[in-house]
Amino acid sequence: MPVPYLKETPSQTGGPYVHIGCLPHFAGLNLRTQEKLHVLAGGGVPGERIRIEGVVWDGSGHPLRDVMLELWQADSTGTYNAPGFRGWGRVGADPQTGLWGFETVRPGATPWIDGRPQAPHCSLLLFARGINIHLHTRIYFDDRPEANAADPALLSIELVNRRQTLIATRQAGGQGGSEVPTFRFDVHLQGEKETVFFDC
Amino acid sequence: MSSDTREFPWGEFTRRDRAWHPPAFTPPYKTSVLRSPGKALVSLRQSIGERTGPVFGHGDLDPLDNDLIRNYITTGGEAIGERIIVHGRVVDEMGRPVKGSLVEVWQANAGGRYRHGNDRYLAPLDPNFGGCGRCVTDDDGRYFFRTIKPGPYPWMNHNSDWRPSHIHFSLFGNAFAQRLVTQMYFEGDPLIPLCPIIGTIRDKAAVDMLVAKLDMNEMVPFDSLVYRFDIVLRGRRSTFFENRPEGN
Repeated sequence: MPVPYLKETPSQTGGPYVHIGCLPHFAGLNLRTQEKLHVLAGGGVPGERIRIEGVVWDGSGHPLRDVMLELWQADSTGTYNAPGFRGWGRVGADPQTGLWGFETVRPGATPWIDGRPQAPHCSLLLFARGINIHLHTRIYFDDRPEANAADPALLSIELVNRRQTLIATRQAGGQGGSEVPTFRFDVHLQGEKETVFFDC
Repeated sequence: MSSDTREFPWGEFTRRDRAWHPPAFTPPYKTSVLRSPGKALVSLRQSIGERTGPVFGHGDLDPLDNDLIRNYITTGGEAIGERIIVHGRVVDEMGRPVKGSLVEVWQANAGGRYRHGNDRYLAPLDPNFGGCGRCVTDDDGRYFFRTIKPGPYPWMNHNSDWRPSHIHFSLFGNAFAQRLVTQMYFEGDPLIPLCPIIGTIRDKAAVDMLVAKLDMNEMVPFDSLVYRFDIVLRGRRSTFFENRPEGN
């Protein structure tokens, strides 16, 4: 007789109206009007303030304008669930352009399974109509090349040229003249530039 | 924190059974064709960021968050429709309760219309229904919310396909590896076998897990019918021997 484990509840797409439940004010509801889940770090959070933005592209090169994304990261010292910094954010893509952005602090290095450091990174989940089970990827930063070169997760990607798909590129100047460093992270669901998605 | 060599006090989660979940590429659900990765997923060992997750508490909730009949009143009264309560337990694959998990729900109104700018269905909006709710599981993994039964609606897929009545669910569990978004259906709905989105799931036993059962023992007399919907998230494995370094 097999060991009696339960099966995980199967996933279903978040659908086109995912915003109603997850970002109700963004969806146009008069609910949680003060909520700004794309801002992970308020004024009092220590660390280097950064902005991460991008577009998710479908297999025909069109932006996903209805995608919802979630970010999960350590604080600037590499601690998850640090007091005063939940480290989790959520955003809906712009309904016209598909652009999305998070305001946060640069995460610190975190330990790999064997204690080796992982390069600073954020976990990113994608939910959208047409995506039957959410996609899981990571965002690294191109101005930390040495840390990235030694990162155990990046190194575990066998196809070397695909590692680059997880590295956000620092934009010249700040966005709109601001001093906040802005990193661009486009996600490609298909094609030659297809982003690495993880099974983990 | 590059010198940090602390070991994780928590086990890894079981592997996700990708044959049980719907695959990414499911042509009868047309939108998946251009939104499904073409390359294989890359296996990633779970490190601290996958074994932890955001913590939500009752302090994050408004008292009416789990009462969709009353949390969006704009003209007075209550939301129109068949009054129901949905309740259940969130457990992991080992049967242990998942405590403190945020549960978010969203749905169409009784006529099958969503309060969303992209929904052009001709059924009217209900001025007293928003379709958004949430709650946090208790120490036994239990959750409940009150709402109206959502209506079925047509959508552009194979011309006019029809979605069965359903409620969308989003669950966090206690770690990012347990994150799950799914949909709940209603026992006996004849549209279930016709739905291309449900049809993305290959195993009928998996579909059955998404069908809430009428729970007459818990019905509220002269008030509401009750549906039971239990949810299973990935289970955390034991750590028989402390985390040994990887083979590579």
